Amino acid sequence: MKLTTLLMGAAAAFAMAPAAFAERGEDGELSILYWQAPSILTPYLSGGTKDLESSSMIIEPLGRYDEKGNLVPYLAAEIPTVENGGVSEDLTSITWKLKEGLLWSDGTPVTSEDVVFTAEYCMHPEGGCAQLAKFEGVQSVEALDELTVKVTFNEPKPFPYGPFMGAQSPIIQKAQFAECLGPKAPECTEANFGPIGTGPFVVDEFKPNDVIQMSANPHYRDPNKPAFATVTFKGGGDATGAGRAVLETGEFDYAWNLQLAPDVLAKMEAAGKGVLEIGFGTLVERIMLNMTNADPSLPEGERSTAKHPHPFLSDPAVRQALSMAIDRVLLTEVGYGQAGRPTCDLVPAPAIYESGDTSCHEQDIEGAKALLDEAGWVDSDGDGVRDKDGVKLSILYQTSTNAVRQDFQALIKQWWSEIGIETELRNVNASVFFGGDPGSPDTFQKFYADVQMYANNFDGTDPEAYMAAQTCGKAPRPESQWQGENISRICVPEYDEMVAELGRTGDLNERAELVKKLQAMIINDGYMILPLVDRGRVSARSVTLGGVVLNTWDSELWNVADWHRID
Amino acid sequence: MLTFTIRRLVLSIPTLLIIALVIFLLLQLAPGDPMAQVPLTVPPEVKEKMREALGLGQPLHVQFLKWLVQVFWIEPKVFIDWLTRESWLLGWLPDTALYQGELRVISWQTRSPVMDIVVQRLPQTLWVVGMAYVVGILIAIPIGIYSAYRQYSIFDQAGTFVTMIGFSIPPFFTGPLLIVIFSVQLGWFPFIYDTTHVVNDWDSFVYQLRQMIMPVMVLALQTTAQISRFMRASVLDNLNQDYVRTARAKGLSEAVVVMIHVLRNSMIPVITVIALGVPGIFGGAIITEVVFSVNGIGQLLITALFANDLPMVQTLTFIFAVLIVLFNLIADLLYGVLDPRIRYD
Amino acid sequence: MTDPTPDKITPIAALQDTAPLRPPRSQWRDVWDQLKHHKGAMLGGGFLLFVTLAVLFGELIWQLDPKKLDIRNKDIRPIFSAIWDSAAKVDWAHPLGTDNLGRDHLAQILAGGRASMAVGWAAMLLTMLIGTTIGVLAGFFRRLDGPLMRFTDLVLSLPILPLMLVAVTLFRQPLRANFGPETGMFILIVGVIGVTSWMQTARIVRGDILALKEREFVLAARASGTTARNIIFRHLLPNVLSPIMVSATLGLATAIITESALSFLGVGFPSDFPTWGKMLADAVPRMQEFPERVMLPGIMISVTVLSVNYLGDGLRDALDPRIRGR
Repeated sequence: MKLTTLLMGAAAAFAMAPAAFAERGEDGELSILYWQAPSILTPYLSGGTKDLESSSMIIEPLGRYDEKGNLVPYLAAEIPTVENGGVSEDLTSITWKLKEGLLWSDGTPVTSEDVVFTAEYCMHPEGGCAQLAKFEGVQSVEALDELTVKVTFNEPKPFPYGPFMGAQSPIIQKAQFAECLGPKAPECTEANFGPIGTGPFVVDEFKPNDVIQMSANPHYRDPNKPAFATVTFKGGGDATGAGRAVLETGEFDYAWNLQLAPDVLAKMEAAGKGVLEIGFGTLVERIMLNMTNADPSLPEGERSTAKHPHPFLSDPAVRQALSMAIDRVLLTEVGYGQAGRPTCDLVPAPAIYESGDTSCHEQDIEGAKALLDEAGWVDSDGDGVRDKDGVKLSILYQTSTNAVRQDFQALIKQWWSEIGIETELRNVNASVFFGGDPGSPDTFQKFYADVQMYANNFDGTDPEAYMAAQTCGKAPRPESQWQGENISRICVPEYDEMVAELGRTGDLNERAELVKKLQAMIINDGYMILPLVDRGRVSARSVTLGGVVLNTWDSELWNVADWHRID
Repeated sequence: MLTFTIRRLVLSIPTLLIIALVIFLLLQLAPGDPMAQVPLTVPPEVKEKMREALGLGQPLHVQFLKWLVQVFWIEPKVFIDWLTRESWLLGWLPDTALYQGELRVISWQTRSPVMDIVVQRLPQTLWVVGMAYVVGILIAIPIGIYSAYRQYSIFDQAGTFVTMIGFSIPPFFTGPLLIVIFSVQLGWFPFIYDTTHVVNDWDSFVYQLRQMIMPVMVLALQTTAQISRFMRASVLDNLNQDYVRTARAKGLSEAVVVMIHVLRNSMIPVITVIALGVPGIFGGAIITEVVFSVNGIGQLLITALFANDLPMVQTLTFIFAVLIVLFNLIADLLYGVLDPRIRYD
Repeated sequence: MTDPTPDKITPIAALQDTAPLRPPRSQWRDVWDQLKHHKGAMLGGGFLLFVTLAVLFGELIWQLDPKKLDIRNKDIRPIFSAIWDSAAKVDWAHPLGTDNLGRDHLAQILAGGRASMAVGWAAMLLTMLIGTTIGVLAGFFRRLDGPLMRFTDLVLSLPILPLMLVAVTLFRQPLRANFGPETGMFILIVGVIGVTSWMQTARIVRGDILALKEREFVLAARASGTTARNIIFRHLLPNVLSPIMVSATLGLATAIITESALSFLGVGFPSDFPTWGKMLADAVPRMQEFPERVMLPGIMISVTVLSVNYLGDGLRDALDPRIRGR
C-alpha cells in the first residue's frame, strides 16, 4: 500500500484525511463542471485537455506526476530509475513492473499484454494517435512476464518517461480495443465512449459534448475509495457560468480552468460557497517577435520567411526597448491577479530550470527611449513615430480573441506609443489562429504580423523538446506547409548546437545549466521572445469538497479517488 | 394546389443538392483546422498524421460524394432499421436489417455517428427552444392585435416600450441578468440545465419547469418582440381598409370583424416570419444555450464550428436547409389558404 | 313651365372661383403636417437628431481620448453614484466613470456611438435595399419568383460563422490596404451583416406583394396600361411600407448587436475601438459590481431603437392617406 501512503500524504496536507476511515461510495454524488465539454474518452484520439482530464477518472497510466512534478507510481509498483535498476545504465531501455492483483472494471486482471497493446494501438501508422510524441524513439515494447514490460528505445533517452506516464498515455484494455487498431480506431464508438479502465470511476452513460454519468468502480484497487458513489461530469457553458455555479450558487462541486478577470473571480469567491484553487506550471503568456518580414506587399510564399529579415525587429535594440516598455507586474495584476506571476523566463518551472532573472519586472520607459535614440531610431518627421532610413517603427500586433488578451493589447499598445512605436491591433478567432490551415493568412504559424501574443507550455517536466522547438530548421515555411514550432523564426547557429548538446547530456544538473544558457541566448539577452506572465491554473471547488490537490503537471483530476465530502 | 406542391417538392431536390454543394465548398474554403483545439504541446508531425487519419487529404469531390452517399443512402437505412426495430410506430414489422456496418457520417470530434448525437440533442432543444417559440407566438399575437386595435393607448405604448427594449437587449446580457437575479440572489432556479433529468412524476416535472424557465424567458422575449411588432403593423394596415368598414356597416360585431376578417388578412407577413423561425428551433439558440449550458443543437453546432468538425457542421447545416426549404413551402401554401386570390400556377 | 332663361349662366357661388386660392399642397407637406402632430415621432426624431449630433460633434466638447488608458484612475464610478453611496470613487474629470483599464466612459460612449450608429444605419439600409428589391422582384414577376426564392433559401441555410471567416480571409487584406484598418473593417462588417440578414425582409415583402398584386387597384392600374415599374413604385411599395418599417427598426437593433458579436469571432473592429455593443458585452461579467457599465450602452442602444421605432410609426401613419385625413 505504498501508493496509498504517498497519496494520503499529499491529501493530508489539505484535509485531515478523514477519508482514511471512509467507505467506498458513502459521500453520494460528486458534480464536476468543465465549461469545455468532453467529446471522447480516449486520449489517444483527441489531444484536447478536456478529453484527457475526463478520461483520467476512468483510465490510468503506469505513473503520474504529482503537484510538484515528481513521479508517482499508479499502476506500476514503483517508478523505474537507474538506481533501482528499472532503467538500463545506457539509458536505452526502461522496465516497468505492474502492481499485483490489479483488476479492470469488468473484473478481469490487468496484465503486461494490455500495456504492450496500448503501445501498439498508439504507434499504429494509420491510427492518427494524438499522443504519438509520447512514444517517439520507442523501438519495441515487450512483455517479459505477466506483470513486467520492457520498453526499448532507438537511442539513449535521458528522460525515458514518455510512454505510459501522465494523463496523455493511460493503459487501455486489450480485450476491449483489440478490434480498434489503426484505421478502425474511430469506428469503435462504444469503446471510445466507455473505455474499461482501472480508475476510480466507470462510465454509465456518455453524451458527447454534454455530460458523463459515472459511478464508483467496484474493482478499484483501494477497497475504501472512491468516497463518492456517482459522478456527474457536466460540460458546456462558459467560464463565467462555471465559476458562478461553484462559487455563487453551489450547484456544482468543482469547476475547471476559470479564465476570468481577477476582480470577477474575487467577487464570486466572496459569496462564500466555494474556494479557488491555484497551481502554477509551465504555461507562459508571451509575445513572439517576428524575425522575418511580414509585409503584405511581399509576394505570397515569401512573407514571414527567412528570405526577408524583419526591417526593424532584427535590430536587438528595438527588441530590447519593446521589452523594457512593458510593465509585466501591472499586466499580471490586471489580467490574472493571484493566478499569474510576472516572468522573464520561458521555462518558469520546475525550479531547477528557473533563471531567477527578474530584471524585466521593472518597467523602464525612459531607458527604452534612450536605447532607441542611441540605436538611431528617432522621430525625424515629427509624426510621433520613430523611424530610421525610411523605416517606421509601426507594428501589427495580433493575438487570439480573448478578453484578457485584448486588455493586454490595449495596455501594451499604450506603452509602446509612449516610446514612439505605433501599433495596430488585431484579434483573430481562436479556432482559426491556433488551427494550422495553410490556406488561412491568420494562423499563428504563418505569423503575418510583426508581433503576436499567446500562451504555450510543455508536457511533463522535461523542457528538451520545448527548447529544441526554437531551432532554425523548425521555422514554419511554405515548404513545410507552414507547420513548425519555431514561430519567431529564430535562427541562431550557436543555439542549435547547444540544443544538440542538450540531447546528449544525461545529468539533470548539467541539463538545467544548458537550458538556462539556451534561454538566455534567445530571451533574457536576445529578446526574440518576450515572456510576460507565468499563468497559473485556476479552478474552483465547493467548500464542502475535500481532498482536492490542484496539479498542473498531470490531469487536475489525478487524485479524484481521494476526493471526499467535508462538512 | 396539389400539382404546385408536388412540383415544388420535386424541384426542391436539385435545390437541396446545390445548397449542400455550396455549403460544402464554403466550409472547405473557410479557414480552420480540426487540430486547432489540440494543445500546442502536440508536435506538428503528429497533427499531420491525425489529419490524414481523418481523411482530410482526399480530393474534394471524393469527400463530397462520400458524404452524399452517407447522408442519402446509409443514414436512411439506419433510420428504417431503427423504425422497424425499436419505434412504437412500426416496431411490429420485422427488423429490416438494411444497415450492414457501412461507414456512417462520423464526427471528427467524437468519432461517433453525427446523427446519433443529433438525436441525443433533440429533446432539450425542443423542450427549451421549441417551447420558447410557442410561448413567444402565443403571447405575441394577442399583444400585436390589441396594440393595433387600440393604437396609442397605454397598453400599446407599454407594449411597444417593453418589446423594443426586449429586442434591443441581447441574450448575452439578459441571460446572465436573469441568472444573477433568480439563481444567485434569490436562489429560485438552477441555471445549469440538466440534460439527464427524466420527467416521470410531478416533482420531476416541476424541476424540469424550473430549469427551463430562464432560458425560455430569454428566448421568448426575442420572439415576442419580433412577432408582435409585425402583427401590430399588419393589423393596423388592415383596420382602415374598406372591407372592414363594410363588415362593420353590415352590423358584424367588433369581435367578428377583428378576429375573423382583419386577422386573416393580416397574417401573411406574420406567417412568413413564423415559418422562417421554425427551422431556427431546430438550429437551436447558440448564445442562450451556452449561457444556460442547455447543450442543445445550437451548442453542438457552435462547438463543431470552433473545432472545425466539418462532417458535423455540414450535416447539421444541411438538415437545417431541408427544414428551411420545407417551411418556406408551407408558408407559400398557407398564403394561398389565407388569401385565395394568390395563385401559383 | 318655362322659366325665362337668364341671359348669362352664373355658376353657383361654390363654383365661382376662377383659380385655386392657394397653391396646391404638396404631398410631402401633408406628410410633415401630420408627422408634426405625432408626439412619439417628434420625440423619437428629436432624440435621434440629438444622438447623431452628439456622437458626431461630441468629441469637440468632451475631448478625452476614448482609447487613452489611465490605469491609476480605473474603476471610477459615475458621478451620480455619489448620491446614494458617499464612499463611491467618483471624479468630475470622468462624469460617467472609467472602465477597468481607466478609459473614460463618456468618451467611449460618444466614440462607440459613432461606430454603432454608422454600422447600424448602413447595415440596416443595405439590408432593406437588398431585401425589398429581391422581395418585390420575386413577388411581382412570376418568372423570377422560383430562382430568387430558392436563392433566398440557399442564403438562409448558409452557416454564418464560416461565411464570415471566408469573408475575412478573402477581403480583409484588400480592404485594409485600400481603406485603412478601421474603414476597411467597417465596410466588411456592414457588408457581412447586410448580406446575411436581408432574407426575412425579402420573404415578407414577397408575401405581401403576392397578395397585393391580385387586388383590384393593381388590376385597374394594369388595365389602364401602367408600366410595371410604375405599378411597383406607385401602387405596391407604399402598401408594403409598414412591414418594411418594422423590419428596418428591428434590423437596426440587430445590426448594432451583431456588430458586437462579430468582434468575438474576430471579424469586428480592432479590440481597442469602442462600440456600444462591445462595451455592453465587455461589461456583462462585471454587471453586479458596475451596473452602470452595462446600463449606459444598453440604454443608448434601446433608446435609439425605440426612437427609430416611434419615428417609423409616425411616418407610416403620416404616409397613409387613409389615416392622414383624420
